[in-house]
Amino acid sequence: MTYSSKVLDHYENPRNVGSFAQDEEGVATGMVGAPACGDVMKLQIKVGKDGVIEDARFKTYGCGSAIASSSLVTEWVKGKTLDEALTIKNAQIAEELALPPVKIHCSVLAEDAIRAAVADYKKKYTGE
Amino acid sequence: MKLPIYLDYSATTPVDPRVAQAMIPWLAEKFGNPASRSHAFGWEADAAVEAARENVAALIGAEAREIVWTSGATESDNLAIKGAAHFYQDKGRHIVTVKTEHKAVLDTVRELEREGFEATYLDVRENGIVDLDVFRAALKPGTSVASVMLVNNEIGVIQPVAEMGAICREKGVIFHVDAAQATGKIGIDLKNLSVDLMSLSAHKTYGPKGIGALYVRRKPRVRLEAQMHGGGHERGMRSGTLATHQIVGMGEAFRLAREEMATETPRVRALRDRLLAGIQGIDATYVNGDMEQRVAHNLNVSFAYVEGESLMMAIKDIAVSSGSACTSASLEPSYVLRALGRDDELAHSSIRFTLGRFSTEEEIDYAVQLLRAKVGKLRELSPLWEMVQEGIDLNTVRWVAR
Repeated sequence: MTYSSKVLDHYENPRNVGSFAQDEEGVATGMVGAPACGDVMKLQIKVGKDGVIEDARFKTYGCGSAIASSSLVTEWVKGKTLDEALTIKNAQIAEELALPPVKIHCSVLAEDAIRAAVADYKKKYTGE
Repeated sequence: MKLPIYLDYSATTPVDPRVAQAMIPWLAEKFGNPASRSHAFGWEADAAVEAARENVAALIGAEAREIVWTSGATESDNLAIKGAAHFYQDKGRHIVTVKTEHKAVLDTVRELEREGFEATYLDVRENGIVDLDVFRAALKPGTSVASVMLVNNEIGVIQPVAEMGAICREKGVIFHVDAAQATGKIGIDLKNLSVDLMSLSAHKTYGPKGIGALYVRRKPRVRLEAQMHGGGHERGMRSGTLATHQIVGMGEAFRLAREEMATETPRVRALRDRLLAGIQGIDATYVNGDMEQRVAHNLNVSFAYVEGESLMMAIKDIAVSSGSACTSASLEPSYVLRALGRDDELAHSSIRFTLGRFSTEEEIDYAVQLLRAKVGKLRELSPLWEMVQEGIDLNTVRWVAR
């Protein structure tokens, strides 16, 4: 398996690795995937009072492409509103990282992680 | 020390320089066809082929005339299993093998199933070894062939083929053993083993790729239906012009293996144990397969909460294999590790280290340091590791899998 230079960059220098405290104000968590499938992504967003994502953190168990996909989305969601964040599609992630067809599922999982984090935020803070 | 470090000797081995030297004259200079009976070119090639046959036979305690040259262990497995199953089909059409066999055996048996044969794929115990009672119980009156590997390619465990052979002999079942991963690693003496057919490969034992052999027992005589038809070479069992240079290479490789096994095995074992000790210093690592009934050069370890492919990427300065076949679209973890009952998560996290003739202590120490650093780094990235540190039992988590 050869990786694109962008995947290698995110893999070797992952952005925004870590976790926020669960009870921190404005924090929501999306966790998707399963160990048995070889991929688990945890994406956390921290949303300001204005509804804009101020910061994001991730942890990922998975291959290099999975790590790169989640690292990339932490960068992309920052500065976006929740609705804007939901417009990020797996195809954009796959294109940015030049993922080969067998790794498309990594970008799909990253999109799912955004959806899960946004859904968690809405459940926690707006009662949706 | 040169990077990357090769720790994948079970995938293939380098041709020993002494073997390469022995092969060279048989290409341009002494190019005769060993089947040419009418001139000196053929005679000298034939003599070289027969000398190599003696060396291959000697490593496994066989007679030279029991050795049939093939293109490698895959062809040997095909010839042995299909050849015996077809020849003895009047006796029965049931084949017994094991779930952890190499694909060359499993896919050959599957092909026989498509032809109407019946097959049983035996489970292994948690340590990777077949239970002899399970093996015995699987042999039915209609069983014609049983096929069990001597040394497993992924986890290096040694199957009890001596006992299995005795059971097969008692029940009149032809017994095939794939020994591709065993030659030069453990002693094999076919004079004292009830094995009827044995597959051999050169390139796992410091010989060239593209050459192998099948041992076919003479007493009691084992018959095969040829799979390759033509000039009637190799007593009709495998037609095709003999590749003199390859055969000379395999002969020399097996001669060296016989001479050096006694000193090489303890050296490699010491290095493997040094690697094991280093890896055991890392939290949450699990050895896959029995550590006692195992070849000296193999170590298969699961690094829990770290995915195998990302670990391989992190340790690209050492060349190893992963049990996770994440590169395929299917995301299937190793079928061998699953057969041990390892859960999928640990199967995805496994790395196979196989050491060999040119491995050094310096290389092992480098590998251990690299593993320590990279496993630590990937665990910092791993949500599973974080959850375990928080005391969460991962088996109680409801995963959102697609």
